[in-house]
Amino acid sequence: MRWYLKAVGPKKVFEFLVLVVFIVFFLGPLLNLAILAFTGNWVYPDVLPKEWSLKWWSFVLEQDEIASSIGLSFLIAAIVTAVSIVICIPAAYAFARIRFPLSRFFLFSFLLTNAFPKMGLYISIAVLFYRLDLMNTLLGVVLIHLINVLMFMTWIPTSAFRNVHAAQEESARDAGASPFRVFRSITLPMAMPGIAVASIFTFLNSLDEAQGTFLVGIPNYRTMPVIMYSIISDYPAYAGAVFSIILTAPTIILLLAARRFLSADVMSSGFQLK
Amino acid sequence: MDIQLSIQNLTKRYKTGDGVTDISLDVRKGELITLLGPSGCGKTTVLRSIGGFLEPDSGEILIENKSVLKTPPEKRPTAMVFQSYNLWPHMTVYDNLAFGLKIRKMKKAEMDFAITEVLKLIRMSGSEKKHPGELSGGQQQRIAVARALLLKPAVLLLDEPFSALDAKLRHEMREELREIQSKTGLTMVFVTHDQEEALSISDRIVVMNHGHIEQIASPQEIYDEPKSLFAAQFIGKMNFLKGVVSADQVIIQNLAFPNPKRLTGEVSIAIRPENVILQDGEETGLSGSVKQIMILGHYAEVSVDVQPFGIIRSFQPRDQVKHLHSGQKVKVNFSKALAFPAV
Ligand SMILES: Nc1ncnc2c1ncn2[C@@H]1O[C@H](COP(=O)(O)OP(=O)(O)O)[C@@H](O)[C@H]1O
Ligand SMILES: [Mg+2]
Repeated sequence: MRWYLKAVGPKKVFEFLVLVVFIVFFLGPLLNLAILAFTGNWVYPDVLPKEWSLKWWSFVLEQDEIASSIGLSFLIAAIVTAVSIVICIPAAYAFARIRFPLSRFFLFSFLLTNAFPKMGLYISIAVLFYRLDLMNTLLGVVLIHLINVLMFMTWIPTSAFRNVHAAQEESARDAGASPFRVFRSITLPMAMPGIAVASIFTFLNSLDEAQGTFLVGIPNYRTMPVIMYSIISDYPAYAGAVFSIILTAPTIILLLAARRFLSADVMSSGFQLK
Repeated sequence: MDIQLSIQNLTKRYKTGDGVTDISLDVRKGELITLLGPSGCGKTTVLRSIGGFLEPDSGEILIENKSVLKTPPEKRPTAMVFQSYNLWPHMTVYDNLAFGLKIRKMKKAEMDFAITEVLKLIRMSGSEKKHPGELSGGQQQRIAVARALLLKPAVLLLDEPFSALDAKLRHEMREELREIQSKTGLTMVFVTHDQEEALSISDRIVVMNHGHIEQIASPQEIYDEPKSLFAAQFIGKMNFLKGVVSADQVIIQNLAFPNPKRLTGEVSIAIRPENVILQDGEETGLSGSVKQIMILGHYAEVSVDVQPFGIIRSFQPRDQVKHLHSGQKVKVNFSKALAFPAV
């Protein structure tokens, strides 16, 4: 046993352990969820259900509350992603190209919003929202979600833009392209992997946001993760399983779709605070 | 002779105080002119001003007798090749080359033809579908040159385009560029800090130092008659000795040379190693002893310790150093000596 560990090296052993942990803690519950969600009849000592069925799926999807929360979640996530792109991409370009004295401080402040105890931040925001009449509004929920995503939505594209060299933009000017065309044909496409990754993170983050939404959006804006709380207590576990799959599926699908962009290169360059 | 590019009293100062001052230069049509100088002397500043990427503080830049100062880079009749990062990695070689042509609304068939031709010229036929990441450094720079050529610029600007390549490739690329230049008759401004590169490819060399021009002349002339001590130091190998002017002659100990520049007092004297003559101990000259003999192919470098001047290096034909050995006493004489005011 010893010699074997030595032969494969500590790195391989470590990788193996990571894989085991991953399977036990991530795939395991997921598999359990999947089984639960398609269960028709499952009696305790059996390893697998006796009957498979989609009845919990139709049950869940027939609950108005749930169906509308799914729609709402995706709507909000789409709005948040779109708005954050509009705000953050120009900011990221400015951070990448213009050296102004406080740029580091600004980037860092985005980081701070994420390091700050969330609930404290949300409550102080909620106090502000009361005064501005933003409680229980779509705008309020969108704003809360934006606070969460500003950081990486600026940070990752900034370093993506930094990786586009001045000479590459200047070459395009030189070849006859106007500044706008340079941005559209050279800078933006070259930074696209970083922007795509950041957008996907933003979308998923918004889908997943519960605390702030709960505080600001109740009672009218109940998104999937908010409703999840009541489902877990009010419905059978099977319905909860179905619902978690609906909640998790977009993450997995988007991450798979993003794998094309998620080269180690982009990821690591996305997380350098230059 | 047609003047293709004329720079008149160009001055550009950065906020830091660095920059270039009072640069004036006329480049003839079809000429390959090199801006040569140590790193930081302002070569890139001049080149970027011509290309439109920097706005000069004062002065005038004319291309084909028209002022281009008010013209943005995309409208200037110039094309630039940078030291690196010229290509766009998300596009194929074909798209990189076609980018400027598409903006110029060239017809597809015409474009295909032009791209095929230019790839032939740079000896990279068939690489249209590759991405820049699949090319070597030298190939990428070739494509960058090709893209610039396709724009049919009035002046081609090259900013140390080969300096990131290894020595052998650099040699090849120089020759290729020279060949392209003679085939296309393009006017080129080439920037380098490598004096050997400048000597080998230029029609004329502009020697720059500290943001101003020291000398503009042909490689021959720069080598034989450097106008300033800096030019003498920077180009080719040189020995420097202290001397003094007396009775209108430049005197080094017991040797005397003419004083065409009418200098007075203390002078620095520059002597090329090939102008150093080594003789037997009986002749007149500076006494020294041979320190080292290095055979470098068809010639040899002999270094001689001459007190109080220090080491003097000389190039000798290989068969003439056979009788020399280190420690041997010799007399050193010079067939040519250039005097400059002492610093
Ligand atoms: N954008 C800039 N801002 C301030 N100083 C600069 C800038 N660009 C160049 N310089 C300075 O101007 C001088 C000339 O630079 P440059 O033209 O790039 O020299 P070279 O190309 O000969 O190496 C250098 O001292 C450099 O540090
Ligand atoms: Mg330079």
